[in-house]
Amino acid sequence: MDAAPSAPSPLIALVGNPNCGKTALFNILTGSRQKVANYAGVTVERKEGSLVTPSGLRIRILDLPGAYSLDPLTPDEQVTADVLLGKRTGEIAPDFVVCVTDATNLRQNLRLVLSLKRLGLPMVVALNMTDIARRKGIVIDAERLGLELGVPVVETVGVKTAGVRALIKMLDATAMPERRSRNTVWQPLSRSDIEHDQAEVRRILGVVGADRLDGVTFSDRLDALVLHPVLGPLILAVILFLVFQAVFAWAQVPMDEIKLGVATFGNWLGAALPASLLKDLAINGILAGVGSVLVFLPQIIILFFFILILEDSGYLPRAAFLLDRVMGSVGLSGRAFIPLLSSFACAIPGIMATRTIQNPRDRLTTIMIAPLMTCSARLPVYALIIAAFIPRRSVWGGLELQGVVLFALYLAGIVSAMAVAFVLKRRGKGGGFQALMLELPAYHWPNLRNLGIGLWQRVEIFMSRVGTIILALMVILWALSSFPAPPPGATGPAIQYSVAGHLGAWLAVIFKPIGFNWQISIALVPGLAAREVAVGALGTVYALSATGNDISSALTPLITQSWSLPTALSLLAWYVFAPQCLSTLATVKRETNSWRYPIIMAAYLFAMAYAGSWITFRVATALTGI
Amino acid sequence: MLVSKDIPLMDLAPGASARVVSVSGADSKGPADLGRRLAELGFLPGEAVRIVARGLMARAPIAVRIGTGTFALRLFEAACIRVCPEQPQLP
Repeated sequence: MDAAPSAPSPLIALVGNPNCGKTALFNILTGSRQKVANYAGVTVERKEGSLVTPSGLRIRILDLPGAYSLDPLTPDEQVTADVLLGKRTGEIAPDFVVCVTDATNLRQNLRLVLSLKRLGLPMVVALNMTDIARRKGIVIDAERLGLELGVPVVETVGVKTAGVRALIKMLDATAMPERRSRNTVWQPLSRSDIEHDQAEVRRILGVVGADRLDGVTFSDRLDALVLHPVLGPLILAVILFLVFQAVFAWAQVPMDEIKLGVATFGNWLGAALPASLLKDLAINGILAGVGSVLVFLPQIIILFFFILILEDSGYLPRAAFLLDRVMGSVGLSGRAFIPLLSSFACAIPGIMATRTIQNPRDRLTTIMIAPLMTCSARLPVYALIIAAFIPRRSVWGGLELQGVVLFALYLAGIVSAMAVAFVLKRRGKGGGFQALMLELPAYHWPNLRNLGIGLWQRVEIFMSRVGTIILALMVILWALSSFPAPPPGATGPAIQYSVAGHLGAWLAVIFKPIGFNWQISIALVPGLAAREVAVGALGTVYALSATGNDISSALTPLITQSWSLPTALSLLAWYVFAPQCLSTLATVKRETNSWRYPIIMAAYLFAMAYAGSWITFRVATALTGI
Repeated sequence: MLVSKDIPLMDLAPGASARVVSVSGADSKGPADLGRRLAELGFLPGEAVRIVARGLMARAPIAVRIGTGTFALRLFEAACIRVCPEQPQLP
């Protein structure tokens, strides 16, 4: 099949059921020497690392996605089966397989070992989490287990470094078989094959003295609270509130620091450099672009800090369990809740968080509706328009009208998100019944090392792959807003003469039916960078000299005078859908591995924004009689 | 040995122990590989099952202990599984 590579380093694949502690073992084996990417053509995460054994042998280790069987049902399992069979394009078949098993759940895990044995690849079984098993009173004779399985068994303790020494020693001592073209043939297992395997597993467990069931475990006692029909949702609400609060509020301080730092550096650079086009590019193009990438980091780090802890401890699948009925009614997985909640702060960490949704269709639907959650970047725009057009008065006995309008805008986003999810669900094949079959693993304490490595990987992925796209787009946007320069003696703001200005003038024709004037249309172009930039851009278009927070207060009386109420309401409706956020689209590109979905997303959001604004404008015009 | 009739998994009282009797294939509305996947997860004749928890709305989904693992199932998935309670069920 695949030609032998020139590098002699053997490739070892880690295989195992989901939740068997495989990734924790991988983290200990490889430490920070990991590369995270995607398998070609799919969104399944590919993790490879390497280690050097005491004898100096360099080993490449591939952490294959968790699988319940070699007859795949999910994209994850497809990758695992294909790689093991040497059928995956761009991947070489592993030389050696380490099958990771959870010593507390061998009854389930050993069937995969038997399947892998059928495959005939050289392998060793890592008996993981033996410390937890021992605490439960399960002592497994590893040597005897190996004898019965016909495969060497090594004891490892998933979260402790010392535990993997035996495994490394064994890998070191094993003469790696010569890589040859293998003709691995896999016969899909029939139901009776599976039943036969299970009988064998029971026999082996009986022989090694591990054929026993748990009584009421610690996890069961915790589940009695966590999955309780009344207490469970309450606990969930508290946790979700904490996550939301953290992403929304705690991230504000570091975000402000980053903005301030970038601005200070820009000012310093502005004073240090002579005025030139290059200086403008450096400050308003590159530095502003870097700033707009960095500013997402606090939210991403805080959100993933919580998600990794919830995932590692075993709570996340429980949250999905509790929310399954609610989210399932619009065709979403219960796991969609946290990504959608985080999207209220910013769609970018939200979309990145959809990785915890295993079903690819659910994940795509969640990604597609995430931008409909009103993100915090829309607040400055809302605040400006509401302050200018919605009178400060109480309605319906004590409710503040401005607050009611803001709430209505948030609600409009949620309702349209549910509608879109519902339509997407209807459109899909076999939409009636979606399998859940979600494993609820035993609880355990999150591991700091895994948390650190996981966080670092998120940051790295964002910086290297999303950040570069955002930065490039920001520089292009700067060029569009700066060229060509205004002719000598020009009276209008410089942006009016640039490509962006011409684009805005052209957009003004399209946006006339929904009540936008040319000033708004132009401001929407730099507003592509980030939604809140539109406020600053309006300031530029109206040739205001104010900067920062003063723009809003200077703009308020101006737009109150020059915009009609229907125009203002129409712009509010536009921002409920607001397709124009390049960073979001760049993230969708990265997460779905194709330009197809960001393009569909931009198109459908644009259509909804236009329709929403059109209706708002027409209705408001008719009602106000202008 | 207690001789009791087999019942659908979702009729099993929470906390009561039972053994899997049979796992039928998919019903016409579900994904085609449903029964097979349940088998791959460990829902095999003779294995011990117990309902750990049920959801608030329509008592779904249900969390099921199978052997030493726990899975959350929607009702149509649980409908494929018939079990035999270890002790007679209280009505």
